[in-house]
Amino acid sequence: MADQKKKKLTLTQQEYQELAKRHEPARPLARNFLRAFLVGGVICLIGQGIQEMFIHFFDFTEKTAGNPTVAVLIFLSALLTGLGWYDRIAQWAGAGTSVPVTGFANSITSAALEHRSEGFVLGVGGNMFKLAGSVIVFGVASAFVIGLIKTLIKMGG
Amino acid sequence: MTFLWAFLVGGVICLIGQFLLDVVKLTPAHTMSSLVVAGAVLDGVGLYDPLIKFAGAGATVPITSFGNALVHGAMAEAEKSGLVGVITGIFEVTSAGISSAIVFGFLVALVFRPKG
Repeated sequence: MADQKKKKLTLTQQEYQELAKRHEPARPLARNFLRAFLVGGVICLIGQGIQEMFIHFFDFTEKTAGNPTVAVLIFLSALLTGLGWYDRIAQWAGAGTSVPVTGFANSITSAALEHRSEGFVLGVGGNMFKLAGSVIVFGVASAFVIGLIKTLIKMGG
Repeated sequence: MTFLWAFLVGGVICLIGQFLLDVVKLTPAHTMSSLVVAGAVLDGVGLYDPLIKFAGAGATVPITSFGNALVHGAMAEAEKSGLVGVITGIFEVTSAGISSAIVFGFLVALVFRPKG
């Protein structure tokens, strides 16, 4: 893919890309990995805490506690995004904040906020899934294929 | 003990995400989509459920569990009503996540203004 793109560029453009690549600052891998691990782990730890709370105080079972836990995390993430705090944490944590389900909520909320000035129907409604849409589309498409295969195998066998 | 595993497993999944971003140099959208598809595939081969049993929220909070939940909904419904169930059941389990993200996202957009 990248090679195909390169062929379409003129010689000067190729030279420029080489030059830009050489001057691209090296990503501090170890630091990024550590931060993603720590923050991602802490968010899951908080999730586990909320889940235990639902099990102990509200009579949920281990299976049914998952949904309210996700809802609470999403609520917190949407609120923090509205206050502008989530993005500040995300700057520091990278994938640690974007991989958990809170990152999914953050991408929806921030897209909604960003396009608010274009109106609620065209702006908020139309752009809400701008970033999260690809996750849903690819998730559903792959789940459909896998579900289909598994069902057919079960039917055959 | 579950707390420790939740932290470790959740952290490692996020670490994989950071790896895809920094080393494989995928865009954030590509990274998230890959993780969701990975979760769906892992559930397809029956590996995600044991992980949830082992790590609790460490496996259910990362976005990979979204793919897992989609497959779960599809399979549960398919068992009841056959092939059509794959379509009708796909959002059954993930409804909580998607609905609450839409509702809370919309409410926040009503109340707050974007911060510079």
